[in-house]
Amino acid sequence: MARRILFSVPVVLGVVVVTFLLLRLIPGNPAETLLGLHASPAAIASLRHQLGLDQPVWRQFWHYFDGVAHGNLGRSIYYQVPTSSLIASRIGLTGALVLVATFFSIVITVPLASLAAMRQDRLSDHAVRMFSLMGLGMPSFWFGIILILLFSVDLHWFPVGGYGSTLWQHLDSLVLPGLCAAIGIVPVLIRSLRVGMLEVLGADYVATARAKGLRPSRVTFAHVARNALIPTVTLLGINIAYLIGGTVVIERVFSLNGLGELMLNAIGYRDFPVVQGVTLVYALGVIVVILLTDLVTARLDPRIRLK
Amino acid sequence: MSTATAGALDSAAVEQGVSRRPSFWSRALHSATFMAGFILTFTIVALVLLAPVIGRYSPVSQDLLHPLASPGGAHWLGTDELGRDIWSRLLYGGRTDLQVGVLAVLFPFGFGVVIGTVCGYVGGVLDLVVMRIVDVVLAFPFYVLIIALVFVVGVGTHGIYIAFALTDWVIYARTTRSGTIVARNLDWVAAAEGGGLSRARVLWRHILPNTVTQAIVYAMSDIVLVILAVVTLGYLGLGIQPPAPDWGAMISDGQTFIQTNQWLAAIPGLAVVLTGTGLSLLGDGLADVLRPG
Repeated sequence: MARRILFSVPVVLGVVVVTFLLLRLIPGNPAETLLGLHASPAAIASLRHQLGLDQPVWRQFWHYFDGVAHGNLGRSIYYQVPTSSLIASRIGLTGALVLVATFFSIVITVPLASLAAMRQDRLSDHAVRMFSLMGLGMPSFWFGIILILLFSVDLHWFPVGGYGSTLWQHLDSLVLPGLCAAIGIVPVLIRSLRVGMLEVLGADYVATARAKGLRPSRVTFAHVARNALIPTVTLLGINIAYLIGGTVVIERVFSLNGLGELMLNAIGYRDFPVVQGVTLVYALGVIVVILLTDLVTARLDPRIRLK
Repeated sequence: MSTATAGALDSAAVEQGVSRRPSFWSRALHSATFMAGFILTFTIVALVLLAPVIGRYSPVSQDLLHPLASPGGAHWLGTDELGRDIWSRLLYGGRTDLQVGVLAVLFPFGFGVVIGTVCGYVGGVLDLVVMRIVDVVLAFPFYVLIIALVFVVGVGTHGIYIAFALTDWVIYARTTRSGTIVARNLDWVAAAEGGGLSRARVLWRHILPNTVTQAIVYAMSDIVLVILAVVTLGYLGLGIQPPAPDWGAMISDGQTFIQTNQWLAAIPGLAVVLTGTGLSLLGDGLADVLRPG
């Protein structure tokens, strides 16, 4: 595990470099571009100084790197508060949304993929495959609008948007967004897990289990499902970045005030330090989650643990 | 050897059960998945290309006297809040989204395949550095990086092309690299090298044609991913800029009238789903058809 953490150090450094370079990608004079056409020269000069653009590049980078290492992500141009405090107040909601979405991803994927694999080339297999094919091309924000229309406007089961104030209300308002975020990666998960399970089903030890007369349900749960769990967790790790990215749009659809909404609003205000800070935090979050899934796979799979 | 003898040898081979690999199209015609995807995609592409002929109205001309008309009659799919014809906007919007989606994949595909092949074949420091860059790009959530990049380089089509050029090559590079490493150790590559062919020739004539297949199959699902991203950016107001029609912006506009005029948001969404399904079927079918053996 210590080795895995060590391996992610260069990735963390790379992520910091990339977010630093974002500012350099703004065409022309960034301070001028960010403030728009009607800004006074004094305001432009002041922002140039705030962004550190009046210093040599290497010093800018050192300043940025040093700040990040101390949890300082710069100051919001629009809100005039430290970016880190803005992020701290929103990150909980996004984290909760990612958790709920991960839960839904597993709960939807595992049964459907197992069904398709057990009944390969039969009607249910074709149905699941068609469902995941159509899901691949479905915009999650559009699916979210449909969910709101169906379950909030027509059936009044869930709130149309917002986060509520009690824990129960929080959970209630995360059901539809979580489902929606899950649908973004479920098709990919089902397709990969189905193939993985077909491989397990063809393995010798499954044939042995069947041959010694075990009930089919016992073969399924004790032998096939247990071994298919590992690829599921690995797959989740691979696709979690896509799921987390998807929540940005979903927060907008469901009016949830999380990191994604903070980022999109900051783009509206051309508030560069906030966009930069949120981008960095998202990437660091992904790195941590991938480390965690590695840890879980190592627990589940003795072959990896013993290595 | 005369052609007659070659023909005789061929039929002898067939009699002995060593049949020739059937051509691409004869294999494709036998794959239901490929044909379904091909027909669906072909129909959608034909429809959006014929937009000027079958659109009947301009996608941007407003008819403020007839806003939010129901489908049927003069406007097949009704009109939006500005009285613009939905059918026409759907066709022209699809034209833009498909075009941007396909064009945005071209550079990542070409660059990713070349860099992946070279890294896999040459290895060393170049491989190490490029693969670390791949790791870093993949650490960012896809949508977060695309949105941040479009924000810094400028919203609209131009920003979309740059954002994808910078990020989307990594998966192609990674897939092609592993394909190349496998191919490098195969007997016929060793034979080609042993036969005195130059490294460049082995790479381009013997390895690349084999690894590029995987990349082509991935490109089909990548186009779906990119079209989804273009539509999503349009929905957020960061993509194709109005008044040019775009499926994402159409859904976003329609969302305002979701309680009274559901079809405004439903129709462009269905168009995205159909396009995605067609391309995914085509990709799956292509994977079946191109699979060796």
